Formats: sequence, C-alpha cells, structure tokens
Amino acid sequence: MYFESFAALISMEGHGPYVWFSYGVGIVVLASLLVAARRRRAQLEQMLKAAARREQQQNKAAVTGER
Amino acid sequence: MSFWTYFHKWGSPRWFYQFSGRLMPWLAIPAVVLLLGGFAWGLAFVPPDFKQGNSFRIIYLHVPASAVAMGAYMLMATAGAIHLIWRMKLAAMVMKSVAPVGAALTFLALLTGAVWGKPTWGTYWVWDARITSVLILFFLYLGILALQQAFENQEAAAKACAVLAIVGAVNIPIIYWSVEWWYSLHQPASIKFVGESTIHSSMLRPLIATLTGMYCFLGWMVLLNTRNEILYRERNTRWVKDVLTGAGS
Repeated sequence: MYFESFAALISMEGHGPYVWFSYGVGIVVLASLLVAARRRRAQLEQMLKAAARREQQQNKAAVTGER
Repeated sequence: MSFWTYFHKWGSPRWFYQFSGRLMPWLAIPAVVLLLGGFAWGLAFVPPDFKQGNSFRIIYLHVPASAVAMGAYMLMATAGAIHLIWRMKLAAMVMKSVAPVGAALTFLALLTGAVWGKPTWGTYWVWDARITSVLILFFLYLGILALQQAFENQEAAAKACAVLAIVGAVNIPIIYWSVEWWYSLHQPASIKFVGESTIHSSMLRPLIATLTGMYCFLGWMVLLNTRNEILYRERNTRWVKDVLTGAGS
C-alpha cells in the first residue's frame, strides 16, 4: 500500500472526502443498474409464469366444458 | 457461413438470447474483478500525482465512466441505424437497452469530474467545451429515455429514438476533440491512440484495468437489459415459455 496507515488512506491528505464520495456514488450507481436489470427479470418471470398458469387453467376449463 | 447468414442469425432474438446467455459470464466476471480490483489498486497502491495530490485517484472512475459513456452512445446510434436501415427488431431492443446505462455513466462522468475539480482547480463547474458537450450527451440520453416513453406504439418510439440517436452522434467527436480545439480547464487526454501517453505506467496500468472492466460492465448490462426486452416482446412464443418453465436454457 502507498499510504502508511489506514487513517492516511481515509484522509488522503485532505482529498479523502472528495475521492471516497466519488467512488461511493460510483459503486451505488453501477450496482443499481445491475439490481434494476435483475428486478426486471424477476418481474418478467413472475408475469410470464402467471400467464402460463392462467392459460393452462383456461385450457382445462375448455376441455371439461366440452364434455 | 456467408455474411447474410450471420446477419439473419444475429437478428433472431431467440438465437441472441441463447448466445448471450453463454457470453454473459465472460463479461460479468472481468467486469467485477477489473473494476473492484482496479479501484482498490488506484485508491490505495498507486503514488499520488505530484501536482494534483490524491484527488487524481478519481481518474480510475472518471475516465472509464466518460469513455464508456461515449462508447455506449456510439453503440446506441449504430443499433439505431441498423434498425432504421434493415428493420432489425433486435437492434431496436439493443438501442433501448443501452440508453439507461449510458445515462448513468454520463451522470457519473459529470459528477466525478465536478468532485475532482473542487480540490484540484478550486471549482466544481466551468462552462468549458468538454464539460458542456458531456452535459449535452447526458441530455441526449435523457431525451432518448423520455422519447421512448412518449409513444404508445413501440415501432414509432424505436424510429424516433433511432433518429435522435443518430443526429446526436455528431456530439461524440465534439466531446473527443473539445480539449484540443478549445483549451481551457479540462486537461487533454493522457492516453493517446497516436504517440506516447503522458501518464506514468504505474498510474496507467490500473486505469487500463478499470477502463476494460467498464467496457465489460457495459456489455454485461446491455445483454441483461436486451434479454429482458426479448423475453417481454416474445412472451407469447413457445420458446420463451419453455425457457421460463425450465424446459430450455
């Protein structure tokens, strides 16, 4: 490590708040892109599975209705 | 296989879905490793800049975010052009998938630039050519996101977005050369395609890592978003039903 102590790494001779804030926001923004994509995927799976179940039930109802 | 066979294959959402599923780990793993590793490297192990001090460490986020935001725009405009010319539906889905990622990266580029500016040059913001043209890039991304929502008709939305994306692409070379044309507060590029880079190799290596990682991250996010879009638009097809019930991959 370049810095002599953990405290020096945090403070970065006064530039710490700027640097750490940038990286903090950076990680949050990048992670939220990933989370948003995963959420959308989960939502789609739920929606499409529910639609498939409805379709199956309708088919069943149609078959029993015919008899 | 001829070019046109490839072209039709690439235009098939089903083929793209299956191919991208196999490709994704090869983008996801390098993205996470190179970004997190490169950030740690740049934050803790590289010596500070002799003029700027430690604030320069923001470079390992600022430059990849900026460069990939521009690269993403070119990808979006190219996909838009392919959609307009060949009516390829998949290209419209890719175009739509790039926009939120590009907007987020442009936001990061502007924010990290401002935060870097304060301790280094004494100001968060100046209306110089580089910063202003990147702000315009951000508005272009927001415009495309808004335009997508403005249409009921999916096809009309895709066409309008493609036109805006293509017209807006004129901004990309302006951003790239702005620091050469109008020299002001923003420093010129340190990595050059032609000639020697003006950055020491110990500082350059982590930058190459995060830059590569950010490109992988863009690819990963675009694939995730495009796959979601494919599932939604093809939701009534047999193969999508098979994928979701576990019969296919």
